[in-house]
Parts: sequence; structure tokens; C-alpha cells
Amino acid sequence: MYKMKIENMNALFRTISGTQDLITPIRSAGQTNFGLWTEEASVDLHTLKTAKSGKDAFFPQSENLYTCLRKGQRLTIEPEALRERPFTVFGMRACDVRGVEVLDRVFLAEPVDTFYAARRSHGTIVALACHEPEESCFCQVFGTDCAEACADVTVWMVGDMLYWKELTEKGIALTETVGALLEGADAADEAALNVEKEAIRRITEQLPYTGLSLEGWGRDATDVKFHSPVWEMLYHPCLACGTCTFVCPTCQCYDIKDYDTGHGVQRYRCWDSCMYSDFTMMAHGNNRTSQMQRFRQRFMHKLVYFPENNEGMYSCVGCGRCVEKCPEGLNIVKVIKAFAPEGGERNG
Amino acid sequence: MQELRDRVKALLMDGTVDRVLGWKAGDLPYNPEAAYFETPESLTEFIYDGFCGANLSKMMIEASKLEGRTLVCLKPCDTYSFNQLLTEHHVDRNKAYIIGVACKGKLDIEKIHAFGIKGIRRIRGSEADVASGILQFETIYGEKSCAYADAMLERCHVCKGKEHRIYDELIGESKETKDADRFAQVEQIEAMSPDKRFAYFQKELSKCIRCNACRNVCPACSCRKCVFDSTRFDSAQKANVDSFEEKMFHIIRAFHVAGRCTDCGECSRVCPQGIPLHLFNRKFIKDINAFYGEFQAGEDIDVRGPLVSYALDDRKPGQTAERG
Repeated sequence: MYKMKIENMNALFRTISGTQDLITPIRSAGQTNFGLWTEEASVDLHTLKTAKSGKDAFFPQSENLYTCLRKGQRLTIEPEALRERPFTVFGMRACDVRGVEVLDRVFLAEPVDTFYAARRSHGTIVALACHEPEESCFCQVFGTDCAEACADVTVWMVGDMLYWKELTEKGIALTETVGALLEGADAADEAALNVEKEAIRRITEQLPYTGLSLEGWGRDATDVKFHSPVWEMLYHPCLACGTCTFVCPTCQCYDIKDYDTGHGVQRYRCWDSCMYSDFTMMAHGNNRTSQMQRFRQRFMHKLVYFPENNEGMYSCVGCGRCVEKCPEGLNIVKVIKAFAPEGGERNG
Repeated sequence: MQELRDRVKALLMDGTVDRVLGWKAGDLPYNPEAAYFETPESLTEFIYDGFCGANLSKMMIEASKLEGRTLVCLKPCDTYSFNQLLTEHHVDRNKAYIIGVACKGKLDIEKIHAFGIKGIRRIRGSEADVASGILQFETIYGEKSCAYADAMLERCHVCKGKEHRIYDELIGESKETKDADRFAQVEQIEAMSPDKRFAYFQKELSKCIRCNACRNVCPACSCRKCVFDSTRFDSAQKANVDSFEEKMFHIIRAFHVAGRCTDCGECSRVCPQGIPLHLFNRKFIKDINAFYGEFQAGEDIDVRGPLVSYALDDRKPGQTAERG
């Protein structure tokens, strides 16, 4: 483990960005989101949750796939180049790192999504431990320890000190890049860090959603949950907006569309939302015709279908962004709790 | 709140109404949700406090299609939206029993979090019938507090007034919250140079993620199928192809609701990225006031709005364009 005075943070960022792109939480127009670091950027590592998760770094909201150009009689097709320039995402929280693991299951399975794979192989993640977890957090329910995130590098900010622990090959490479700024940590530092970790874990134990039970969810729950009358009672306030899906670190659905540039076509993909009326629309029409069905799809995917296809892994990571951002106060926790009377007595 | 709950229960039990549209307690102290209550027993979850900001008028479009009568709780500003929907024939007055609920300003949890108040377990002072002016928070990180007024939504600081424009009965006592000029922000932006103004909106709108929450919550956005959702034209939009493309969506939407927007402020309340969307609408309202005389959509159902009526001395489009 290494350490560095937090006052040197800017030097650290400057050093990293000397060899690669640096993506980090940046405050702009009153909100904190992941963005490209520049000298002028106002870095914000104190906001626990960026408004959007950091998934854009690997799976941007919209990206070109290829461009068709027409010149007279001639048509050319230009594929979009894959990511080659290395980059570091600094400051992802443990839940969001887990979110990337969920995305890996989808995009790195055969057939591999080459755009995503290129970003994953060129991207290094530096995870930041959560100094003060908030009431909407429930990563612990999914087995995540926000006091000790597992990424390429894990860092803690304790008092005026940044502690740095590299965990992978990529992490070791990044550590070498910034080596001049780091100094070796000693036993006293280890002790200080342990105090911090224990403090975080004690807080986590007291959060209102800690202890939320997933009994009755997961694999083999499709039939029981799908046909439950509970959905009809739950979906009413849902506005059918895409807020929950777009702030979610694991929502992975996208649409592919053509943009007519006047002298060609840009084929792009962009995030889609199962809350939208044309989601997965096919030639015959749409297989989900009501908002109840669309609402059900989102939670069934997170809590039943995804675990069914991924050895029990849930595709909710407990970041709590939907809890904070839903305009109507709905969220995945309320959904889980609503099923307490039927088949998951401990859910409530 | 108890008086409201008792009254609502009585109206449900004596058959005056078939269901109640109000707010249900959340699982955190600040996230109640809009809900239908169909049985007296279910009303144990009925709540009305400072976090019940959601405007229930738009839900009355669907409720107007249900059998029987729906009791709906409307705050003063919500009644403007209900009136506007009534003039557009989107809601059925005979199917609504309106209880005008008192309002002492609605709270913005984002502002509370921005004060560094987190790990919230319990909140005191947000109840509808408490007027201490102070919010107290029991949090994992200790006791915290802030002034009620400091945690209010922007729209409450420029409140149109605590008078309900339509109701069957009123319950509770409101408290005036207006302490700022409604058009001050618009004037500030008008005073900017075009370049500066462009930069301001570019910065704000670049945050847009096209979640459509502003549109879906908007009582004036009542098209059954939005042109931006249509799969039949190229107007369908989900992507933020370049980071400022969203300006088209928001400007078109502002034009579409011009003259009908009551300035209920829901668009800005629900925006997950904190974009002050109400500023577009307020600019239109300000211009309408200047060009056609003071007009407040939803204030009076018998008045035709200036954009849907015609007078010989109306301002000519050319004059409007010259204004720049």
C-alpha cells in the first residue's frame, strides 16, 4: 500500500492525464457527473453519488457504430474506430464497480461487443471507498463492501491522506505511472486505514435498507413473480420516464438507429429504456403494451431474469440512485418490500 | 393531516367518492408516492406533508376514464393545472371531488442533501400542520437542522398564491411562501449577451439525459403519443447525439406548452440532472404578459388564453420578431 497527501491530488491527476485520458467526478452547473479531467475542471470527490453512474466511460449514452457516405454514385462505409487511447476512471464507488462487472457479463460474453471490450481493455478503474454512506445506499444487500472496493486500484481518503492499493496488473502499471507522487505506507497507516474501514462498516450496519431480504427473488422465481397481482398495485405512480434506467449503473439495453445526415447515414446506438413505449418493438408490434408490463420488466430483469442467466448474480448493485432520483418516489427497494406478503416474508 | 385523513375516509365510506387519489407514505421519510386508495383500511398509509410535491392533476386524466368519482387532493398550484386540463377537456369535472389541501411550501430533498444532511432516519417539522419553520433531522451522523424555507422548491419562493382556483372543499391552513420575484431569473438571462446566454443554456442543457421525466410529468404535455416517441418519423429521439442536441427537445416542448403552462414547476422538480427547465416556460409567460396583457393559465376556466383567441389589435408576428 502507498499513500499521498490529498493536497497533491491535482498533481496526481496531471500525471495520470499526461499519459492517458482521465475521467473523474466533475461538478458542473450544480451537478456532479463523471467527465474528462482538465486543469479547469472542478473535481468533486466528496459527492457520494454522481447523478449518473460512471458506466458511460465504458458504455456511453450514445455512440456511432459506422457512417455511410454517398458521393455521386459511390457509397463508402466507414466503421467507427475502436478505443485505442488508454484511460483511467478515478473515483468510482464500490457499487458502480460492481455495476461494471454486471455489464461485463452482458457485453463480454459471446458475441463480444467490440466497442465495449476495447474500452474495458484500455480502461483502468480506481475505486474510491465510501467515507460516509447515505440512507439510500444498500450495496451491502448484494454482498458489496463499500469500505473496500475491488477494482484495479482502490483508494481511501482519510483526513488529509490518500491511501492507494493496487490490485491488478493494470493497477500496478498505473501505480508506476504515478510512483513519484506516492510513498510507501507503514504500519501506522495500516492502522489508520483499518479504523476508517471499520467506521464505514459500522455506518453501513445502521443504514435503513441494510437487512433488506431478497428472499423469494433470484433464480427460478419467474413464474411466481411474473404472474403476481402485486405489479398492478405498484406501477400506478410510474411516469414512464427513463430516469431510473439512465442513472442505473447496470441498465444495459440500447437501441440502434440511423441518422440521416443528408449525404449519408450515421448508424448509432443509444441507451434505451424498458419504460419507453417503443422498447423492443418488432415488426409485429410491441410485446409489452401496458406500463404495468414495462414496469414489471425492469424489476424482473434486475431481480429474476439476470440471476437466472448469470449464476444467481443480481443486476441491481444497491447504489440507490433510483431511490434518490425517481420523480415519483418509486424504487427497486419498494418493489422488493411490496412482495413481502407473498413468498418473501423477510422482504418487508 | 388527521383532519384530512378523517374527511377523506368519511367521503370514501359514505359513497360520495369511489376512490381517493392522494399520497402514500414512503419507505424513507421523504419519498411519498402518488397512490389510489380504494378501501378505508388502506388509508392508514395516506399521508400529506411537505414532501408531497407531486402535482396529481395529470393523473386525473386517467382517473376521468375510470368508473365513478375520484377524490383528488390538490394544492393551490395544482388547481391551476386542473383548470387548464379542464379547459382542454382532458379531465371530467363531474368525476372529480376536489379537496383543496393547504400548502406551506413543498420541500426539495436535493437541497437538503446539498446542505450536507445525509444518512437521514427521521425528519421533524415537515408535517403539514406543523409551522415551526425549522426542519430537524435525525441522521446516522447526528442531529441536523435547517430552515424550512431554505429547503423549499424554487417554485414555492415565487408562489402564485395560496388560493385554490377550483375545489369542492378546503382543508387546512396555508402559509404564504413567496419571497422572490417570479421573473427575476428570466430578466437576468435576458440581460446577458447572446453569447453568454447561449453558453448558459448550453451548460445547463448538456446535462440532459433525455429521460423525458419533464415531459411525462407535465400536465400540459397531454398528447397521447408524443412526436418524440413516434417511430414513424425521424423525430423519435432517444440519443443525445451531440451533447447539446437536447436544446431542440426542450425548446420545442416549451413552444408546445406556451400559453397553457401554468408554471407548476414540476419539470424542474423531477429533473434528475437539476436543469432549471421552468425558465423556458417562464420566458414565454413573461412575453405573453408583455404582448397580450397579464394572463395566468389555469386561473380562470372562463377566460380564453391569448394564444387560442384572436383580436384585431393583436401584435403582429413581425413586431414580435423585431424584438429580437
